[in-house]
Amino acid sequence: MNIHEYQGKSLFRGAGLPVVAGVHCTSVEQALSAYDDLASKIVAVKSQIHAGGRGKGILYDPESGAEVMQGGVKIAFNRDDVETYATNLLGNKLVTKQTGEVGKIVNNLYIESGCAIAHEYYLAILVDREEKMPLIMASTEGGMDIEEVAESTPEAIHKIYVDINVGVTDEQANGLASSLGLDGSASDSFVTMIQGLFSFFAEKDCAMVEINPLVRTDDDEMVLLDAKVSFDENALFRHPDIVELRDLSEEEATEIRAKEAGLSYVKLDGNIGCLVNGAGLAMATMDVIKLYGGEPANFLDVGGGADEQQVETAFSIIMEDPNVKGILVNIFGGIMRCDIIARGVIAATEALGLEDPLVVRLVGTNFEEGRAILAASGLNIHTAETLAEGAEKIVSLIGGGQ
Amino acid sequence: MAIWIEEDAKILVQGITGKQGTFHATKSVEFGANVVGGVTPGKGGQMADLGIIQVPVWGTMSEAISATDADASVIYVPPRFAGAAIIEAADAFKSVKGNGVIVCITEGIPTLDMVKATAHVRGIEGVRLIGPNCPGIITPSETGGAKIGIMPGSIHAKGRIGVVSKSGTLTYEAVAQTMSIDEGQSTCVGIGGDPVNGTGFIDCLSAFEADEQTAAVVMIGEIGGTAEEEAAAWVAENMSKPVVGFVAGMTAPPGKRMGHAGAIIAGGKGTASEKVAAMESAGIRCANDPSEIGAVLLKALQDAGLR
Repeated sequence: MNIHEYQGKSLFRGAGLPVVAGVHCTSVEQALSAYDDLASKIVAVKSQIHAGGRGKGILYDPESGAEVMQGGVKIAFNRDDVETYATNLLGNKLVTKQTGEVGKIVNNLYIESGCAIAHEYYLAILVDREEKMPLIMASTEGGMDIEEVAESTPEAIHKIYVDINVGVTDEQANGLASSLGLDGSASDSFVTMIQGLFSFFAEKDCAMVEINPLVRTDDDEMVLLDAKVSFDENALFRHPDIVELRDLSEEEATEIRAKEAGLSYVKLDGNIGCLVNGAGLAMATMDVIKLYGGEPANFLDVGGGADEQQVETAFSIIMEDPNVKGILVNIFGGIMRCDIIARGVIAATEALGLEDPLVVRLVGTNFEEGRAILAASGLNIHTAETLAEGAEKIVSLIGGGQ
Repeated sequence: MAIWIEEDAKILVQGITGKQGTFHATKSVEFGANVVGGVTPGKGGQMADLGIIQVPVWGTMSEAISATDADASVIYVPPRFAGAAIIEAADAFKSVKGNGVIVCITEGIPTLDMVKATAHVRGIEGVRLIGPNCPGIITPSETGGAKIGIMPGSIHAKGRIGVVSKSGTLTYEAVAQTMSIDEGQSTCVGIGGDPVNGTGFIDCLSAFEADEQTAAVVMIGEIGGTAEEEAAAWVAENMSKPVVGFVAGMTAPPGKRMGHAGAIIAGGKGTASEKVAAMESAGIRCANDPSEIGAVLLKALQDAGLR
């Protein structure tokens, strides 16, 4: 689960971590009064969306599509600048490297006091899958795209693995500070910050904390000038305070509905809807549709123990997508019985008035019964024995690839 | 032989009185697995009804292992308690008999709980963790076998193909594919789709390499992480038996989690095409389509003079 920068900074402030003063705003008036309250000559006016690359993004008018402004993070040198930037950001569509062409509408701003930057660093904490340990990555190349740094100068990225039961030791923290070329009070400031930030990561069950840039000020203080924080969905049950920070307007409405029904759904760009049990098989189904010249419209895993109602919800979610021209159901019955799936398929096609071609492949537990139920239904349902046959049939039924 | 789990392995079920625990333990018993009892905190002394048999329930894993000399435990407890259940099982196997296999089926365990649990298990020699978020492990026998998990038992038969996979239903496809060319399985291991898990591909491959019953291995990967690439490098250096593979997620978009917590292409890493390229360069023949795994396996067996 992702949160906005302003929410992350508020959590950091609460944890005693070094951030500069800032105010969350949703209108130009609020932005101006925030500027007056902060009493900082220079402020940053930052768009708040759940995607990176804001600084280099471009704002467009969502109605006309006309370009409004370059840059989703602006430095304002006076009150008029704040008014101009806030006006240009709010309600407009921000397109960044990470949002794709659709972009995201800016509904929230963060007005933050300026600070005197001596140097910018990159800092991230995440869980390394291979080592099965939390990993801290830091680089002196702050403000840059870390993937580019990793590509061009991997030696510039310093890594330390942290024992979750111990935290960042003084030795590790001092070593990392020294790798970044910090000494004296800047090093002391870094050590306190990194130990505090790691405790925050562990206590709040973060999936990732990325600070780009982390800055050293002219006074040799380390300041978290950015806050990209995401949380482990599986651990939200023990963090009700974090759940409250969820901004549903930043998430795909259909994906939220699917999740509420216990389904896992991801929308794609093709025209063949898929309904599958199991995440690996659902991915393989998409892949095989593509292999036979079609394009999958979605990933949809109904899970191990779906009932008739869930199958019907799954169908309705697939059919909401106007691009869908046909549907492939691929079930390997283990826990899930094929007769239950067959009944769900029939109930759904009747309730929803499905007219698009439908191919169903059922194997595993009670597959004979499932196939018999489909055959006896009198509905126009095509069946297949293998995934390849199912994919070939649905692609040909919708008239080949796109 | 087979790997890690013998056909008649004595199995305990953690969370045996819960809905999932009772249901799947009953299925295991029906298949012929040797379920010797279970554990539910606070319910020690009861009997659990598994259909054709009744088995005793203990309050702790230590008591259960002491009483039964169990070889393995399977965990069906809810996600928030699963990390602690793994640690309890590991400590109990270590102190009571010095070894054991823990199979965690539970999906949705917090990642940092798994970081703690895997660190704990790693420090205990002789104790192995399989999963979490996996279908389990099965060693088929002539009459059934050790079915430890949620896989449909009926699709399996005893044979000489090892199967290792990150996915559940795709493992069943792979098993069905071995059957389609008249080959059974030595052991099938689901290592799970979470970012942090216990046993990995290399652990399985190295055990299959050493296992006399296993002649060849089917390895099923999916997007996310670099475990397939590391396994491929290991195979190139160490594996004499044929390995064939499949990787799911060629069409998965970057930055989107595809059902499994670990199935995500992040920062340009973890794509299916990179994995297939690494596997093929290590001599692992990959099917483009799970329906072709049987044919690819048959060819590999023929080329190795095994058919």
